[in-house]
Amino acid sequence: MSAKAKLATVWLDGCSGCHMSFLDIDERLLDLAELADLVYSPLVDLKTFPEMADVTLVEGAVSSQEDYEKIKKVRAHTKILVSLGDCAVTSNVPGMRNQFKVEDVLARAYLENVDLHPQIPLEVIPPLLKTSVPVHQVVAVDVYVPGCPPPADTIFYVLTELLAGRKPVMTGKTRFGV
Amino acid sequence: MKRSSQSRIKTLKIDGIDVAAREHETILKLAQENGIFIPTLCHIEGLSEYGGCRLCLIEVKGSSKLLPACMTYAEEGMEVTTNSKRLRQYRYTVLDMLFSERNHVCSVCVSNGHCELQYLAARTGMTHVEVPYLNPNVPVDASHPYFIMDHNRCILCQRCVRVCDEIEWASTKGVMGRGVDSRIIHDLNDAWGDSLTCTSCGKCVNVCPTGALVQKGKSAGEMEKRRDWLPYLRLMHEE
Repeated sequence: MSAKAKLATVWLDGCSGCHMSFLDIDERLLDLAELADLVYSPLVDLKTFPEMADVTLVEGAVSSQEDYEKIKKVRAHTKILVSLGDCAVTSNVPGMRNQFKVEDVLARAYLENVDLHPQIPLEVIPPLLKTSVPVHQVVAVDVYVPGCPPPADTIFYVLTELLAGRKPVMTGKTRFGV
Repeated sequence: MKRSSQSRIKTLKIDGIDVAAREHETILKLAQENGIFIPTLCHIEGLSEYGGCRLCLIEVKGSSKLLPACMTYAEEGMEVTTNSKRLRQYRYTVLDMLFSERNHVCSVCVSNGHCELQYLAARTGMTHVEVPYLNPNVPVDASHPYFIMDHNRCILCQRCVRVCDEIEWASTKGVMGRGVDSRIIHDLNDAWGDSLTCTSCGKCVNVCPTGALVQKGKSAGEMEKRRDWLPYLRLMHEE
């Protein structure tokens, strides 16, 4: 059994920019690998979420039924849940549809602006929730890391603090937008 | 100096520090002169005080009510607190409600990086908005040839209304409605481009603390405001 901490990352309704910023930690990823194993992530092949992750980074807003079910499950199997980036923290760009009805949003995307076979998909694509909401409107969040995306240095700071058993202090480290 | 004018100096304490104020000096101005930070949004040097944003609330010993520093005058023997747990909580709640009341999407906003609301959130250590977002469906008025009024980003600080009235003397801008339904309007709720009183001076755009009033043609993060002219114009009006 490895004594290393278990780190997971989850990708909900976001552009993957926060994961890119995570990778921008660059060679310090090796330092992180000394402290924790990446046990679940869009960046690795493992398909099942572990029984209990120590730290999970969540990118993206909760926008669809699939996002909703996934985050509920992840919360139940995570000790420290981190809202990573403005979509997870504020719903950001995915939330810009919130002032319109879901039917109108789908009609704009799949009917009005489509020339060939306009149709609203009913399979494979998960149904949208009425509004796209921040993660903490669905489950309890332990640490908030705003930013679009949060700088790599900030992500590294947050992870090393959490893995050392400390709570990171975010003042001056990032902000909405960035 | 004459004795009579000497007696007009008020001595008081802000956060335990002894300070001296001139007559008719606000606590906000006095704090700024003494390097004590009090957050503000509706206040801007050169315009009248409005006291609407409630971010500059302070505690004054002997008063059970919180008072806006921008509208509270220094008095002899006052003991003022500008930064307590209670005040921080109130300010956090004010910012919370400002962010949730309209659609502030910092990442794609033309004022990203130059916004006073965004700056204050970062400065006060705000990491998220606690209350649910209202997601109001509010319009963008792009009818003016040079400027845009984006109600999504408006915090109703009324700087634009005051500068239009007090400095430009056009009184094009006003406020319609009440509470969360309040909207900045032009003339009698006309499209900005149709306004007969607007002089297109752009002062409202430059005093706006957020991305609610912007120049056309600016992309995300490109809108920087200039304010250095305002105190000079105020001075000219007074002369």
